[in-house]
Amino acid sequence: MEEKKLAIIATKGSLDWAYPPFILASTAAALGYNTQIFFTFYGLQLLKKKLSLEVTPLGNPGMPMPLGMDKWFPVLGMALPGMQRMMTAMMKQTMKKKGVASIEELRELCIEADVKLIACQMTVDLFDMEASEFIDGVEYAGAAAFFEFAGESDICLYI
Amino acid sequence: MADFDQELDASGLNCPLPILRAKKTLASMESGQVLHIIATDPGSVKDFDAFAKQTGNELLESREEGGKFHFLIKKA
Repeated sequence: MEEKKLAIIATKGSLDWAYPPFILASTAAALGYNTQIFFTFYGLQLLKKKLSLEVTPLGNPGMPMPLGMDKWFPVLGMALPGMQRMMTAMMKQTMKKKGVASIEELRELCIEADVKLIACQMTVDLFDMEASEFIDGVEYAGAAAFFEFAGESDICLYI
Repeated sequence: MADFDQELDASGLNCPLPILRAKKTLASMESGQVLHIIATDPGSVKDFDAFAKQTGNELLESREEGGKFHFLIKKA
């Protein structure tokens, strides 16, 4: 059986959107896929040594809110100082209670399974980020390098 | 319950952790040995079926008992 390949582009840097790339990559690796994730723009936040990912209820009408908060504080209430931090804390608590892995854990599982993590060099430079901010083992490359792998992939996802 | 060589309790863990833990445990086992997995995630029923099909490890048994899901996987 020839090895399958999965190529993912991770573009988002919030706690909720950090899950799909790491869940799919770690699972694909467990199923025998050769897997790469290309992190660009806000997705670069997922490669930081110290993750400080948050989830925001702002502009997100699909997010379930506890205690009907969205009814009591529609839209503007969601913009109150501290609201994002509180929602993030609640989301993390719920995830822990439901046995959902943390992003740190899923990322570690990806690394253990030899998922290749590639940072987009252009956006690293754009945001004045330093390689020292990122976890070890990250490679730096551009669009052409992505296509070299993605062009031969069986599945290619933009997240 | 048939014989097994190793047991993995993935109770309380959610997708994709039961699969990832099973994969890791299987990696430490010999070909032909059987792993017994216990899970509480209802999604694991379809997931272990798919895992077996895609990895070539044989799913010998998949059943629910007392609110828990039990799987027997034979390492290829």
